[in-house]
Order: sequence, then C-alpha cells, then structure tokens
Amino acid sequence: MKYWRKPLDLAGIRIPHGIIHILQERCKGCGFCIEFCPRRVLVVSDTYNSKGYHPPVVTDSTGCVSCGLCEFLCPEFAIYREEEMLEVQSL
Amino acid sequence: MDSEDTQRASRSERVRRQELHLDGRDDLAARAERHPMDEMLREDRLPHIWCPGCGLGVTLTCFISALQKSGLDLDKVCVVSGIGCTGRVAGYIKLDSFHTTHGRAIPFATGLKLANPDLTVVVYSGDGDLVTIGGNHFIHAARRNVDITVICVNNFNYGMTGGQAGATTPVNARTTTTPYGNFEYPFNVSSLAAASGAVYVARYTALHVRRLEQAMVEALLKPGFSFVEVISPCPTGYGRFQQQQSGLETMRYYRDRGRLRSEADVHQAGIVLGGDIIEGKFVDLERDTFGQAQESGLKRAFDKPGRDGR
Repeated sequence: MKYWRKPLDLAGIRIPHGIIHILQERCKGCGFCIEFCPRRVLVVSDTYNSKGYHPPVVTDSTGCVSCGLCEFLCPEFAIYREEEMLEVQSL
Repeated sequence: MDSEDTQRASRSERVRRQELHLDGRDDLAARAERHPMDEMLREDRLPHIWCPGCGLGVTLTCFISALQKSGLDLDKVCVVSGIGCTGRVAGYIKLDSFHTTHGRAIPFATGLKLANPDLTVVVYSGDGDLVTIGGNHFIHAARRNVDITVICVNNFNYGMTGGQAGATTPVNARTTTTPYGNFEYPFNVSSLAAASGAVYVARYTALHVRRLEQAMVEALLKPGFSFVEVISPCPTGYGRFQQQQSGLETMRYYRDRGRLRSEADVHQAGIVLGGDIIEGKFVDLERDTFGQAQESGLKRAFDKPGRDGR
C-alpha cells in the first residue's frame, strides 16, 4: 500500500485477515463461496473430491479480509476461516 | 508368517483408508479437519441429504450462528420440525430436537412450551409442512400468541416428494404437477402470519445471511409468536422448471431482485414469479403472550374475594 503521507497512527492500525480452511470431502460444488466472495479470493479447483465435485481453492490468500461470507454461505459446513490481525506494514 | 500378516494388515489399512476417503492424504490432518460449527451438529449424520445448491444448509448455518449470538442457554432450547427436507434440521442439530408428524410441529411445540415455560421452543420447518398441511395450526398458534419462534424455509414447492405444487407456488410457475403453469393464487406466508396476529414477522432470502441471522436473533429473543420466512433455492424440485438450472443461478436472482423494504406493507409484498422479492422486518409489536394472558386471567378470576367461598 502506498501513501502520499504516512498516517500518524499507522503503527497502531491492524487489518483483519482470514486464513481459509476448506474441508474438501464435504464440498458439493454449489459455487456459492466462489461467486459471492467480495474479494474474489476463491476459484474452482481442477481436482476432484471423492464424491466427484470440484472443491474451491484459495488463489490469493492476501486478498481475504475475513468477512466470513464464504463460511456463512456454505451449505455443507465445508469452509471456515481463522481470523488474524495484521499490521499495515506487513501487507 | 510375518510377511503374510503384514500384507493382510496393509490391505485392511488400505480398505479402511478407502472407506474413509483418506487415500493420498495425511491421516492425522484429515481427522483434525473439523468445522467450528461441528460441535452444534450431529457429525455422524454429515454430509446431509440436501442437494448441491440447496439453501437449507445456509439457513442452518445462520440459525446456529444466531443461537450462539443470542446468548440463550442451549440446554433450554428445543427445535421441533415437521416432515420434509427442512424437517431434517431437527436431526442434524445437536440440541434437544423432535421430528414430528407432517404439519404437526406447531401443536407439538405449543404443548412443549405450555408444559415447560422455561424452554425456548423453535419450530424449524418448510412451507409445505407449516402453511399447507399445517396451515390451521399455524394461524391459530399466531392468534393465541404462543411464545414460540417459527422459522419457515419457503422454497415454493414440496421438494422432498418430487417438486409438486403447493400453497406457496407462485401463479404461472411450472412444477411437476403444474406442467402448464400454476393457476392457483398462492399464500403470502408473511402476510398470513401478520394477519393472524404474529408479533414479529421478517422475511429474507438465503443470500442475505447477515440480516437473516440478525432476524433470527431478534425472533429468538422476542416473547410471543415470532415468525421468520426464509426464501430458499430448490434447484432440483423448483428452480430447474423456472430456467434456474442451479442453486447458484437462483442466488444470483436473489442478489439482483431482492429489495430491502422494511417499511413495506407486508400484505402487498407477495412473491410474483420473476418479480422483486420484498424483504425486511415487517412486524415488530408488543402483545401479551398466551402464557402471560393465562396467568393474569387466572389471577383476576381467583383473587376476587368471596368467590367460591374463599
């Protein structure tokens, strides 16, 4: 991130970031998480699970802001996230 | 001997791994994979029977999240379901739950609440169960204002039995029993609940999860007959006859045509095929619940001096 002026409280700011976990075997490939992710973090994978569906896969993990919509929209309880707070500099 | 035993052991291990779908994966990692909501679910019954693209799993996620947010004592929460795809919720959720006969979830819940007023009783059922076969129970529980929460997942058809038309199927919608379109006028379920006397009425689609969760929290904490209608995709039984081949296409339709209008007149907010879906919290008012009215009425009757020789 580039700033024309460094904010005074930059050191104190933390940005939420989600680590996404996908339980491959539970996925039924409905695509809700992929379609409605506001940051477009997920895509359909090429691999099959044992039921023959393509589970999603994380493309750009830095894009996730831990909004939790994928976790809410998954009908199969197959996706969840761990939230961590990152410093701005580390992004 | 050793090599034979080892071979047999490795074969049984291979079979076990195949049965558990662990092939090619780290055993421990696969076992450790648990969803945070699994503690609220009967894991031995997962994966559930709902089709890919069905919205019921989404509503269940919202419901579990709402229960956790509401701060209720989960040992005192009961879930009652009727028959149908939505009726399976009682089997999947790890609470005291009952799977009753078709349409009779509300009478069962009424009895449960009146016998043990400390319980928070939730009826979680579908439109076919609640307003079609159980329509009479529904309006009379709302009229009495029994202190229960009713969550009705409306998918506009009888999904489990093969997509037949029901009392909520919109006019002109094609289903397996209405191949030339439905000629009957449907119930507007939220309007029915409001007209019958429900103190809390809200309607959201399965896509608007945050608002749906908030509505469920409010309904759980509201004393009296509180009602949440969830519009949910049914790709197998209903959507594919309305040019929505998958649950995802129905969800896109909800995104494009869902309209948040909490101030709208609920009686004018019917569901029209291909039209806007009016969502929002339509009714939120205060009225004595059946238990409170009974208590104050009995007190009034028996506290009169001189009556019955007392």
